[in-house]
Amino acid sequence: MGSVDFSWLIGGPQGSGVESGANIFSKVCAELGYQIFGKREFYSNIKGEHSYFIVRVSDEKIRSNVNDVSLMISFDAETIFRHFDEVSENGAIIYDSDLEDADTDKVRTLDTPFKERLHNFLESKDKPFTISGVLELAKDKGVRLFPVSFKSLLESLSEEVDNPKLRGLVRMYNVIGVSLSLGLIKMPSDSLLRSIDSIFAKKPQIARLNKQAATYSYNHAATKFNGFEQTLTGTTKESDTIIVQGHYGTSIGKMVSGCRFQSYYPITPASDESVHLESNEMLGVRNGRPGSIAVIQTEDEISAIGMMIGAALTGTRSSTSTSGPGFALMTEALGWAGINEVPVVITLYQRSGPSTGLPTRHGQDDLLFTVFAGHGDFPKLVYASGDIEESFYDTGRCFNYADIYQIPVIHMMDKFLSSSVVTCKKFDPEKITINRGKLVDRVDGKYKRFAFTDDGISPRSRLGLDNGIFWNTGDESDEYGHITEDPQIRIKMMDKRMSRLDLALEQIPNDEQVASFGVHEFTIISWGSTKGPILDALSMIKRDGIDVGFLQIKLLHPFPGQYVKSLLSEARTIIDVEANHSGQLGKIFQQNISRDVDYYILKYTGRAMTSTEIYDSLRKIVENRAEKREVLSHGA
Amino acid sequence: MVPKLTDYKTAVHNDWCPGCGDFGIVNALQMALSEMGIERDKAAIFSGIGCSGKTSHYINTYGVHTLHGRVLTFAQGGKLANPEMTVVAVGGDGDGLGIGAGHFVAAGRRNVDMTYIIFDNGVYGLTKGQASPTLKLGEKTKSLPSPNTNYNVNPIGLAVASGFTFVARGYSYDIRHLKDLIIKAVNHKGLSFLDVLQPCPTYNDINTRDWYAGADLATDSVQRHSRIYKLEDTHYDPVVHYAQEAEVNEKLSQALIKSLEWDTKIPTGVFYQNELVSTYATRLTDKIPNYLENPPAKQKISENGLPATDVSEILKSLEV
Repeated sequence: MGSVDFSWLIGGPQGSGVESGANIFSKVCAELGYQIFGKREFYSNIKGEHSYFIVRVSDEKIRSNVNDVSLMISFDAETIFRHFDEVSENGAIIYDSDLEDADTDKVRTLDTPFKERLHNFLESKDKPFTISGVLELAKDKGVRLFPVSFKSLLESLSEEVDNPKLRGLVRMYNVIGVSLSLGLIKMPSDSLLRSIDSIFAKKPQIARLNKQAATYSYNHAATKFNGFEQTLTGTTKESDTIIVQGHYGTSIGKMVSGCRFQSYYPITPASDESVHLESNEMLGVRNGRPGSIAVIQTEDEISAIGMMIGAALTGTRSSTSTSGPGFALMTEALGWAGINEVPVVITLYQRSGPSTGLPTRHGQDDLLFTVFAGHGDFPKLVYASGDIEESFYDTGRCFNYADIYQIPVIHMMDKFLSSSVVTCKKFDPEKITINRGKLVDRVDGKYKRFAFTDDGISPRSRLGLDNGIFWNTGDESDEYGHITEDPQIRIKMMDKRMSRLDLALEQIPNDEQVASFGVHEFTIISWGSTKGPILDALSMIKRDGIDVGFLQIKLLHPFPGQYVKSLLSEARTIIDVEANHSGQLGKIFQQNISRDVDYYILKYTGRAMTSTEIYDSLRKIVENRAEKREVLSHGA
Repeated sequence: MVPKLTDYKTAVHNDWCPGCGDFGIVNALQMALSEMGIERDKAAIFSGIGCSGKTSHYINTYGVHTLHGRVLTFAQGGKLANPEMTVVAVGGDGDGLGIGAGHFVAAGRRNVDMTYIIFDNGVYGLTKGQASPTLKLGEKTKSLPSPNTNYNVNPIGLAVASGFTFVARGYSYDIRHLKDLIIKAVNHKGLSFLDVLQPCPTYNDINTRDWYAGADLATDSVQRHSRIYKLEDTHYDPVVHYAQEAEVNEKLSQALIKSLEWDTKIPTGVFYQNELVSTYATRLTDKIPNYLENPPAKQKISENGLPATDVSEILKSLEV
């Protein structure tokens, strides 16, 4: 970790501009050369419920959030009630002083279980159930408080710039809060104004009002708020840094990989990716006519997968993007793609189930379901990305795997990744290759789509190719694709299809299957978005002089059992880290490796793990005072 | 070389029951493809599940035998990715109007330029004769334990209400007329729907070939008594000519009213046609000007194994 490690939190009702506030702050940080890791939390609600954004800032690469908040900006009471306790003892809270008398019963969106816990806590500390009550507790801990009346601020601004429109313009509270925070920590105001311009680029009128409010609030904080030591004045900018939303890795990855058809049905947190693709549907092509991607919104996920398969049969690289409930509806057609050897990519942005579950919250509870999805035995490939940057390159790999092995590929992502905003190294399209496998451009003589071959993969024609006529069926078929119930052909066809699994394990390079971050006496196995918090936790524990190993398993089906086993030969204690209840990777691990998992670090609150939590559990494990199942719970 | 009718037939053994109405439909479809001279490798027959689902294996073009109820989804995906294909989707009334009814309605809204033929026999044949969506309430076909407890779907009415721009009905024992209807449907610019009355000799003992022929209505052996008649033999004009709201509403209403005729007089022929509605390809072209010249299936995506797509502008906009 570098010399700067600052966590900034903004909260407010959904629809009040929490996200644009955080985007302004993130952009300023990135412009000043900082690395950021931001995460958005929100209810399944359009307006009114509590949402918050936490942005961690450092002068070195960071991959996760931590428990402690350095500075909290709140323009409503709920944010203070829910988060006051997260602010660290040398941190600060900027808040609207008009809220001081607000009590918990006035905040209708505070749910009963939370209120009961808060009341019990406040009672034990002998404090009233009000904003003043909780702020006293923060103050006792050492937190600096910076009250300001947002209403009076707007009124005096309105007088100063002689613009009566500004009075009572509560939707500016977000920009006021952000600007106050920037003034407090001495970030340059010109960066702030540029950031507002770029966020409101399409609405110059709104940008102007916001800039007036920003300047006024910034100056207010810079002159009136004293005694807070922490500042963010800038650092050396790394070249080729970009700031990306969570779904950009797979959406831009799809454009580059040549995906030209995506069908989807709206679902959180997957649809942002499809919307981004449609917003960029015209594509520049080097030495060729302009290209495009057809993004089709369907009537349901069954139609989404059906259309994708239909498009893939024409030789088009095709995909869909969904979450657990949608993927559940797709499983029948997934088997059709399996038996018909159709290369397709399903991007699965998991959220927390079962059923509708926690629809806007994080979870990794679809691993077993995905590996076993579909009735009958058929080959598929399940591949998981650990962060946004990686997801760009992995998207290219997934399309290649699908084409080479002529099987459906499920690319696993999740809500934690999709609602993160991070700085990372600019994506390099030159590092993606395009391998269409045995897709043919011409056919001479008699063609059999499912011809038996030495490697089990047949040359693939496409709808419309001259002389390339084939048949498909969800029934068992002969080499032409016509229905058969012959027992001998059944054996050969089954063996042909299923042989892809061994072939994939044999051919896919080891470092694409598993990313090893070292193996030590204590070694973590994990998959997907836990990568970031784990790596940050490992650097924390390394500072204590303890080395913990980590295998990030990317290829989850077929499972690289032999390879993982050989990597772990020196590891004495295996720790499985996952965002689900049952330790799903652990089950696959045991099934393939016949070795026990010694400890589990699990979280299923719907909130992503922080590196602090993982570090704390690792310490307990190393010091032999941990439970077999360490269950994490940080976060509102 | 112009393909002959026999070129459109495969050698696959046809295992439909003797006397099945499906034979008439597959023959009419092959005749239509041949008469239109559509090249075999530029046509794709998509089919659903059930007896009718086997149709794609009997026709010597690209053939995609899909899933129960989902044929329209696969077919639309194929057509949208490669618009040069002639796409015909087929399936039973249970497939399209029971399990697949949602896709039926959504397909109407899209108006993709292709054809959908429903083999309409009122029963689920391959699972031994359960009641399917077009069987009337209270009717008891021979393998039902008790009379049908559901009201029937009106395929023509549903198609008209869902936005299909060509809606017609044929009869599987009038192959020439059916062939002509298929040609009209395929030539139609937009999504065409053809409801084909197709007796199931094994399980539907109510709507039999004799019943359609009106044998029970005959009082005199020389009297013309068939229940089936052709709309084109009347003064019925199904076509929307001007795209004015009043005219469109009138044509939609007359089609709906016509579709309610049953019992002793069953209309066949074209109920409704409106080529003035934009096809889905046109709607895509409004956003993607060269969609038809350079559709998804024809695009260049790589050069020497490396991506040909240029995303430098998008990446530049993300730079800090």
